[in-house]
Amino acid sequence: MGLEQALGDSLMLTKIEDAVNWCRKNSLFPMPMGISCCAIEMMAFAGPRFDSSRFGSEVFRFSPRQADVMIVAGTTTYKMAKVVRKIYDQMPDPKWVIAMGACTSSGGMYRTYSVVQGIDLFLPVDLYVAGCPPRPDNLLNALMILQKKVQRGESRGSSTALIGDFPHHHRSPSIPE
Amino acid sequence: MNQIVLQKLKAQFGDALLESHEFRGELTVVVAADRIVEVCRFLKTGEFRYDLLADLCGLDMYTPVKRFCVVYNLYSFQHRHRLRLKVFAEESHPHVPTVTMVWATANWHERETYDMFGILFDGHPDLRRIYMPDDFEHYPLRKDFPLMGIPGSLQLPKK
Amino acid sequence: METTATREIGRKSTILQALEDQNTSFTFNDPLENDLILNMGPQHPATHGVLRLLVRLDGETVIGCVPEVGYLHRGYEKLAESSSYHEFIPHTDRLDYLSPLSNNVAYILAVEKLLGIEAPPRAQYLRTIITELARLSSHLLWLGSMAMDVGALTVFMWSFREREKLYDIFENLVGARFTTSHTRIGGLAHDMTPQAEGMIRTFIDDFPENLRECERLLNKNRIFVGRTDGIGVITREQAIDLGVTGPCLRACGVSHDLRRANPYLVYQQLEFDVPVYEGGDSLARYYVRMDEMKESRRMLVQLLEKIPQGSIHAFEPKKVLPKKERIYTRMEELIHDFMLINFGVDPPVGEIYHAVEAPKGELGFYFYSNGDGNPWRMKIRSPSFVNLQALPVLLQGSMISDIVAIIGSLDPVMGEADK
Repeated sequence: MGLEQALGDSLMLTKIEDAVNWCRKNSLFPMPMGISCCAIEMMAFAGPRFDSSRFGSEVFRFSPRQADVMIVAGTTTYKMAKVVRKIYDQMPDPKWVIAMGACTSSGGMYRTYSVVQGIDLFLPVDLYVAGCPPRPDNLLNALMILQKKVQRGESRGSSTALIGDFPHHHRSPSIPE
Repeated sequence: MNQIVLQKLKAQFGDALLESHEFRGELTVVVAADRIVEVCRFLKTGEFRYDLLADLCGLDMYTPVKRFCVVYNLYSFQHRHRLRLKVFAEESHPHVPTVTMVWATANWHERETYDMFGILFDGHPDLRRIYMPDDFEHYPLRKDFPLMGIPGSLQLPKK
Repeated sequence: METTATREIGRKSTILQALEDQNTSFTFNDPLENDLILNMGPQHPATHGVLRLLVRLDGETVIGCVPEVGYLHRGYEKLAESSSYHEFIPHTDRLDYLSPLSNNVAYILAVEKLLGIEAPPRAQYLRTIITELARLSSHLLWLGSMAMDVGALTVFMWSFREREKLYDIFENLVGARFTTSHTRIGGLAHDMTPQAEGMIRTFIDDFPENLRECERLLNKNRIFVGRTDGIGVITREQAIDLGVTGPCLRACGVSHDLRRANPYLVYQQLEFDVPVYEGGDSLARYYVRMDEMKESRRMLVQLLEKIPQGSIHAFEPKKVLPKKERIYTRMEELIHDFMLINFGVDPPVGEIYHAVEAPKGELGFYFYSNGDGNPWRMKIRSPSFVNLQALPVLLQGSMISDIVAIIGSLDPVMGEADK
C-alpha cells in the first residue's frame, strides 16, 4: 500500500522475532563435542570441500559460552555423559543440539555396559543425523533443517522464552524438567 | 629359536616352568606366579633381551580352579622374536606380583587388567581403575558380567 | 582429598596441605610457593579427542601430569566375545578411526593366522595398497592437526584437501568414505576396478608436489621449529621401557619397523627405507612421519606395478564366505554360508598374537580361542594406549603451550586408546 509503494525496495517490513531468528539462523556457531569417529567427518564438514562456513557457521567455537548449537559427534559413554551435560548447561540460551551419528541417536552398534544408548536420555535433542558416520553433506543437510527450525523459533532445550513467545505463537514446548 | 629359548629357560628355572606349548610358530610358557618377576628379569636383561613388553592382558578361563590368567607377550628387538608367558591365579586369591620394575610399560596394562578382571597386582605403584569410573563396583570382562551391564551400576545426569 | 596428582609427585604445596587440614584461617606470605593443578578436561580443542590431563603447574612450567583415559571406553573386548570373527570386522574400523583400512587388515591377518589360511597373492597386494593408503590418510590428518595446534591453520585446510582425494579413492575402491570394513577372512570384499586404479595413480602423481607445499610452509618456519625443536624429549631407553612403538620410537633412534623386522603381506618384495631420526623431540617425530609419507608413496608406485592378476578369495570353503550369487543358486555355498553366519568359522583351540605396523605404532591382536565361533578372549594391543603412558615423561619440565605441541606430535587416537 502507500508506504511500501513509495519507498519500494529500500524498506523491508517484518516482525522483530522473524528478523532476529533470521539473524540467528545464518550465524549458528557450532560447539563441536567431537568425541570419536564422527568428529573426523565433522572436521571434514568444516574442511575445504564441504565448507560449513558458507552456511553461516563460520567458526567452531570450542567454548560453550560462545556457541549456539552443540554437535555431539561420537559415542557417549557414561563417564563422558557428565561432561557433556556440564558443557550443555554452560551454553547460553537459545541453544540447540544436533545428535550426529548412530551412536548419539541410540547407542549405535555398541550395545554394551559403558555406552549410553542415545544422548536423548540426558539431553534434549533437536535433530538426529543418521549414519555411521554421516557423510558431511548429510550434516550440511541437517544444518539446513536446523536453520529452518531456528527460523520458526523452536528449540527443545531453551527454557527461557525466545523472542516472540506470545501465547498465540506456535512453538514446540521444551521438555519439562 | 623357540627351542633355544625353551632350553635356556628350563635350564635356569626348571621347576618354575609348569608347562609349555607351541602353536602357529609361537611359544607359550606357563610360569608359576611367585617366580614371574625373576623369569621376566632374566628374559629382559639376559642374552635374549626381550626389551619390549608388547602386551599384558588378563584372561578369564571360567573354570573352578585356576580361573584367572595373566598373559605377557614379549618381543626382542635383537632377535626379532616373540614369546608368551602365562601366569595363573585363583578366584579366591587373585594376586599376581607386578612387573612394573622390569618394564615400566606394565603400569597401565596392569591397571587395565585390574579394572577389567579384578586381578590385584602386588607391588603396583598406583593400582586404580583406568577405563571405568573410579566408583564402579564390578569387573566388566569377567564372564559372569553381562554385556549390557548391570542396571544402576553407572549413573546418568538428569535431563 | 588427596588428588592423584599429589600422590604421583609426593611433594605437597602448602595451600593444598591447608585445604586438606581444613584450615580456613590460613595465610601465606609467598604466593609463588604454591602450585596449580590444571584440568585440561576431556572436552578441549587440542587434546585430540577425549583425553583428560591433570597437570601440576609451577607458574607456567609443568612439574607433573596425570593423564586420565576411559572417556571413550566402548567395551570392544566384551563385544568381541559375543560376536563371531566376521561380525567384528566393522568394529575394527572404529578403533584407529583415522586409518580404518589399516585396522581391518591387521585384524584379518590375526584371524587368518589363527585359522591357518592365507589369502591369494592379488589379495595380499591389494591389502598392502590399502594399508599404505590408510597410512597416508592418517599421517595427513596428523599433519593438519599438529600444524593447527601449533598455529598454522593453512596446512590443516591443505591436508584436508588431500584427504578428500583419498576419501574419493576409498569410496571408489571400497564403497564407503570412512568406515570401510573392506577385508574378509580369506581375502577382500571385492576387487579393485581399473577406475579406482586410475584414481590412485593420479593421486600418487600429484602427491609429492602437494606435500612439498606443506613442507615449504613448515620445515624452515621459525615459529614451527621453535615450538617443536627440543620440546618433549624422550630418550631411547625410556621409550623402549615405556613400550612406545611406531614413529615416536623411530624418532628416538631405534630402527624398528615391523614391516622390516617381521614382514607380513608383501613388504618383503618392496624397496623402502625406514626413516630413523635421533633426538627424540617433537621435531624428530615430525620428520619421521613426513618421511614415512614419502616412503608410502614410493611403495604404492611399486605395488601398482607389481600387482598380479588372479582371485581375491582363498579357496577354503569352510572358512571363507562364498559369493552372493553362488549362494542363491548352489547347494554347497548355501550350506557353507548358513554355517559360517550362524556358527562362525571353525577355529582350532589355541592362542595367537599378531601385530602389524599401524600408522600409530604396533597394533596387535591377541586371540584365545576355545574352538567356538566367537573368540573366547580378544585383546587389542593399541599403540595409542601405550604411547600415552609416555606423556608424563614427555611433559616433564615443559610449559603449558608445549603440552599441545607434544600431544600433537605423539598423535594419540582415543578410539584406540580407550577401546
